[in-house]
Amino acid sequence: MHFNLRHSVALTALACASLAFTPAADAKTFKWANSGDVSSMDPYARQETFLLTFNSNIYEPLIRRDKDLKLEPALATKWGQTDPITWFFDIRPGVKFHDGTPLTADDVVFSLNRANGPGSNMGSNFVSVKEIKKAGDMRVEVTTKYPDPLLADKWAALGMMSKAWAEKNNAVNSADMTKNEENFATRNAMGTGPFMLKERKAGEKTILVNNPNWWDKPVHNITEVIFTPVSNPATRIAALKAGDIDMTYEVPPADTESLKKDANVKVLEGPETRVVFLGFDQERPELLESNVKGKNPFKDKKVREAIHRSIDVDAIKRTVMRGQSFPTNLMVAPGINGYMKDLDKRPALLKPEEAKKMLADAGYPNGFEVGMDCPNDRYVNDEKICQAVVAMLAKIGVKVNLRAQTRNLYFAKILRKADLKPGDTSFYMLGWSPAQTYDVHNVFEALIQTPNAATKKGQFNAGGYSNPAVDKLADSMEQETDKAKRDAMIREATKLYVDDFAYVPLHQQAVVWAARKNIDLVQPADNSFPLRFVQVK
Amino acid sequence: MLAFILRRLLQSIAVLLAVGVVAFSLFRYVGDPINAMVGQDTTMEERAELRTKLGLNDPAPVQFFHFIANAAQGKFGLSYRTSEPVGRLILERIPATLELSLCAAVFALFVGVPMGVYTGLYPKHWSSRLFQAVSLIGISLPTFLIGILLILVFAVWLRLLPSFGRGETVQIGWWTTNFLTWSGLKALILPSITLGLFQLTLLMRLVRSEMLEVMRTDYIKFARARGLTNRAINFGHALKNTLVPVITVTGLQLGALIAFAIVTETVFAWPGVGQLFIQSVQFSDIPVMAAYLMLIGLLFVLINLTVDLLYFVVDPRLRSQGGTARVAGH
Repeated sequence: MHFNLRHSVALTALACASLAFTPAADAKTFKWANSGDVSSMDPYARQETFLLTFNSNIYEPLIRRDKDLKLEPALATKWGQTDPITWFFDIRPGVKFHDGTPLTADDVVFSLNRANGPGSNMGSNFVSVKEIKKAGDMRVEVTTKYPDPLLADKWAALGMMSKAWAEKNNAVNSADMTKNEENFATRNAMGTGPFMLKERKAGEKTILVNNPNWWDKPVHNITEVIFTPVSNPATRIAALKAGDIDMTYEVPPADTESLKKDANVKVLEGPETRVVFLGFDQERPELLESNVKGKNPFKDKKVREAIHRSIDVDAIKRTVMRGQSFPTNLMVAPGINGYMKDLDKRPALLKPEEAKKMLADAGYPNGFEVGMDCPNDRYVNDEKICQAVVAMLAKIGVKVNLRAQTRNLYFAKILRKADLKPGDTSFYMLGWSPAQTYDVHNVFEALIQTPNAATKKGQFNAGGYSNPAVDKLADSMEQETDKAKRDAMIREATKLYVDDFAYVPLHQQAVVWAARKNIDLVQPADNSFPLRFVQVK
Repeated sequence: MLAFILRRLLQSIAVLLAVGVVAFSLFRYVGDPINAMVGQDTTMEERAELRTKLGLNDPAPVQFFHFIANAAQGKFGLSYRTSEPVGRLILERIPATLELSLCAAVFALFVGVPMGVYTGLYPKHWSSRLFQAVSLIGISLPTFLIGILLILVFAVWLRLLPSFGRGETVQIGWWTTNFLTWSGLKALILPSITLGLFQLTLLMRLVRSEMLEVMRTDYIKFARARGLTNRAINFGHALKNTLVPVITVTGLQLGALIAFAIVTETVFAWPGVGQLFIQSVQFSDIPVMAAYLMLIGLLFVLINLTVDLLYFVVDPRLRSQGGTARVAGH
């Protein structure tokens, strides 16, 4: 009892105190939450949207993306190619790190090499790079092994770090997980961005403060940002309604309606650049998990078509996704370079009899049985979508045995092996966004090209779809610098995989955020959250 | 007595080793951390290389041996999720969990025991029946539901208390405390009630039934015949005799409070070791999970030891007999 009494005294005292003090008008604190934490303060620790975009508030790239994901100058004022294999970047003069030291070409060369070095997870942005060198105090030159039209796009996510700071603190490389020692840059940061790291407690809270000496004219008006991971969605929603936080990332579809009714809260929704799709094992002569022996039904285009055209994505949108999805027939989303709007049309749905007839023509008059793999904690409503697919395919005589499991088990099962042998799955769900280049080539390279251990293409083509014509086009578009020619290649390759029913694209899930009414912010389609646009009124 | 403590400590090492063996044989079922550790575009080859480097391809006994060998030198490795040293991650989170568990235990004890005494002394009184009925809630509602309901009422509707987090904390050495700021104290209220409610109910029901039993004994009748005051009888004689089971239960429940703070910590985004454990399970962060499980094992061993020693204090019969036989068999 003693315990409770003390608290009620504390409460009364606090209520009185809060009446007496109102915060100063110029100090604006912005509090927000997400289900998970930023895993590291090191901008190269993991190529993952949340880490990269959170840390880009502290570490800025040479070229950044604006509200519409278009490139604009940041730490580089000018960039371009002097010949097909040589790029230059002119460094913005007068930019200072948070400790007051000036940014020079040395820092940029250091940062790029660190991002391509041991411990960094950003190496895939440097596949085409031959050499990075300083060409004057404020110019960096890069030579590539072959013409790479996308270099600037790839590097728009790479934050620039202070060389002197990293050297002083023994953080010239990113954390090495196999060693037993901590890396200074995991918990500390030294960039040039609009915000400076004030306090970092992994899993608890991360506090940023305004950088008064930022080179750009701030659009935001916040002086302090407090970020807290709150894993329970119900608590996040309650905290927003109570005003304990100003904004939350990742609102579950089920809570969207109730939040829309709250007069103090606004809900922001838009399509995400990630496409969620289903894939087939089209590689093995016999499926791992099926009652069909001696042949693989998914090798037959008719079978893939029958399945594709029996999955009603609009019904999935209405029921499972509660309207929070954007059905598609392509493997890339609007906003990504190479998205062809006129090709994004799903073929008409088949009636069950028609689909059954198509299967009978392919040699499966009684349908067949197949195992399906699905994650249950990776994409919005992933397991429920798979359950809906199971029900839809049951109508055409395809009996699907669903195995939904946590992502750590799921990915280990379905992904291809180290030597690019196929993953252990027959029918699976995956989501993909070309989040480093915002260009369709990444999708061709990772998901659509034939898996090849030598060229390292098709790493995530778990089912082994293969069309030599598409492979050839994808290889050519990688190095084509003429935009019109490149677009023609993209169009042709897109038509080919669509006509092959290579995958069953389902939808882009919606990005749903919610904020208090007095917060102004920008919601880009790549699910990044740039604090530099936040205004607290 | 000293021999008893020493024997207990030796046994506890065996217990910890057993916990470790069980933990490591289970880790293969939590999945592969590699795919969560790297970005989407990392090639399969690089993933396999990292897996080998981290020793994830080794058989469970080998992994366990490496863990023990490093742990013995005080090295618990880096967290796969945050790449921070596991030892410090846990050390940073422990104060939050201990303070929360302590408050929940104090709440359960100081409310539960008086309620138990009251309902034991006046079993037929209407308020006793009310307590009994209300306590059913504590037993039957799941913790996360109680937590969310409390948040809804006190944070969203009444706006009296914070909906999540620890509030402002004060750093004393490596320890961070909630007890020295108003916002820290306020933040403790809802999670402590949520966590302590089940224990409160348990204690109340235990004390009540013990009291009912003791009040019927001859010993109490004689005390009344001697003309002692009600107060002396109820508290000096009756309550004292109910204490042995109460201490056992409280002790074990304190361990349970710390171990099962997981749910409460998740609901209230309370930055304690329980929340850390959940985050680690979702990520298959093996170094953190291993260290956490060993720590909880150690905690249970220490609490049991303390409980055994407390018996000596409250039960004079144990002191006169030397007591080891009785204690070892509890």
